[in-house]
Amino acid sequence: MRTITFTQIIRETLAAELRRDPSVFLMGEDIGVYGGSFGVTRGLLKEFGPTRIRDTPISEQALTGIAIGAAVAGQRPVIEIMFMDFITLAVDQLVNMAAKLHPIYGVSCPLVIRTPPGGGRGYGATHSQSLERLFAGIPGIKIAAPSNATDASGLLQTAIRDNNPVLFLEHKLLYPQRFDVEDELPQPMPFGFARIARPGDDLTIVAWSHMAFLAQHAAAQLAAEGIDAEVIDLRTLSPLDIDTLIESAKRTGRVMILEEGPKTGGFSAEIAAQIMENAHDYLEKPVRRLAGADFPVPSAKNLEAACLPSLADIVALARELMD
Amino acid sequence: METLEAYSLMLRIRFFEEAIERLFLEGRVMGTAHTCIGQEAIAVGTAAALEPCDAMTTTHRGHGHFLARGADTGRVMAELFGRETGYSHGRGGSQMMMDPAIGFYGANGITAGSIPFATGLALDAQIKGSGRVTACFFGDGASNQGVFHESLNIASLWKLPVLYIAENNGYAMSTATARGLANPRIADRAVAYGMPGVRVDGNDLFAVRDTVAALAADIRAGKGPALLECVTYRLSGHSRGDPRVYRTREEEAAAWKNDPILRLETRLKADGVLTDDSISATRHAAKAAIDEAVRFAEASPLADPAKLREGLFA
Repeated sequence: MRTITFTQIIRETLAAELRRDPSVFLMGEDIGVYGGSFGVTRGLLKEFGPTRIRDTPISEQALTGIAIGAAVAGQRPVIEIMFMDFITLAVDQLVNMAAKLHPIYGVSCPLVIRTPPGGGRGYGATHSQSLERLFAGIPGIKIAAPSNATDASGLLQTAIRDNNPVLFLEHKLLYPQRFDVEDELPQPMPFGFARIARPGDDLTIVAWSHMAFLAQHAAAQLAAEGIDAEVIDLRTLSPLDIDTLIESAKRTGRVMILEEGPKTGGFSAEIAAQIMENAHDYLEKPVRRLAGADFPVPSAKNLEAACLPSLADIVALARELMD
Repeated sequence: METLEAYSLMLRIRFFEEAIERLFLEGRVMGTAHTCIGQEAIAVGTAAALEPCDAMTTTHRGHGHFLARGADTGRVMAELFGRETGYSHGRGGSQMMMDPAIGFYGANGITAGSIPFATGLALDAQIKGSGRVTACFFGDGASNQGVFHESLNIASLWKLPVLYIAENNGYAMSTATARGLANPRIADRAVAYGMPGVRVDGNDLFAVRDTVAALAADIRAGKGPALLECVTYRLSGHSRGDPRVYRTREEEAAAWKNDPILRLETRLKADGVLTDDSISATRHAAKAAIDEAVRFAEASPLADPAKLREGLFA
């Protein structure tokens, strides 16, 4: 065993994939000499050189489209969108090109888009958003959203080896977190399998990415109060492991879903609907959502905190569900 | 490609597009389509100058490019008819077909959507050292989308083997270039990205062919990308059902005098390559090929909805 940060294991995983497969290359803004805005790719330029750790101008749409073209021709590009907010500039290429290639034209597009969503750092309304909702309803794009180092590595390996476009979320609050992991990198982890992060019988807490990380801390607090919460970490949003959610909902009868992005129109609403469609008769209480405010993420520390779900909010809602 | 083969191909594209317009009117094909009547010399001239290893991308107005690159006419027609035998099994329709086996990487319904894609094909060619040149078609309208500028900048920085071919047909849907481009000379934009910018008469088959061949040779030699503007005129409407209220019939009549097929026939007759009889025979054969394509499409089974459960992911 060893202790490693989320940032370090992603860097190690990228390096391992770059060594394993010569068709893998990285592309993005300031990922080379600078090492990436969050330092994820630091040091990779030295080992792999500028053709495989490829800096681009600030041109998100073109760099995404270029990666798509290269992917169709046989490369395995892994691109970095510096902040998830900037993916809005690349949405056309992802939605109208990448997502259509296999279902419509019948060609493969092995592409990974790595990007950090989320607030908590006071970066303001255009550097703090969780925009996975924009892609969760687009058939043809897979979405991975790990909450810990082992999953990040296993899912990233799968993403890079997958023959489809994969949006890979690296929440910026997870980057500096330290995790206990095996000495060797894990095996590639299949998509569409949620992780029971903590088994429990009283209520089900569904989350992904940083919210799943928070949910585990909340569950530990709740356990001290005698509430036995089951925490389900989705790991991938598309494909969604709905079977595991339904099984848990039927068993506990109480479900809450966490989402950092605004409550209205979020992916938590989709999960809630699917649980209602499949487990309604087993529910003791209505499915509840704890999500971000319907407001752009503000910059000031106290304002930002007021807009994002906190550990205390999770604990409070869990207590309410158990009343 | 021999001259007579090129002439025959231009006719096949023309008659294909005319058939599509007629089939829409008759209600035999559904959806939408954008025809390239008047622009055939660009597609065929470019295809004649490319090597088999090269790649081509196109736009929403792409039937001509695909046919010029060697597509099976019946399978293109079948795609428009929504048949299982179509290139995309009815899923794509007029705007979304691809055949990597012949170096054709397709159209996309977003006007500039294929520009970064083509640039990515070129990046792949550079990485592999394959010697492939990618010809990237787009229209004057697409040259106003931001990704055009982003892509040309990157291609020039990285010296990618891609030839950007702007088909300036005078109109972005209804918007005349004078109302859409602050500088109507698209080739001038090459200066901003440090690459050659060349303007050519897009209705002259030989001018297009020779210019593309020269630019492609430089690109293949590693000199980096180039921007070629082919000046033409979209003799057809934007898409089916376009009443063309934004231009006069007089303007169109004048443009028809510059019809690239008429010009080619006139020249080849003057050169003694064609006669009235051989023109008539070639036209007849091209029409027959289109009739056969329609027969093939209509005889093909409808696309199968049950198969939509397959193929979302590779």
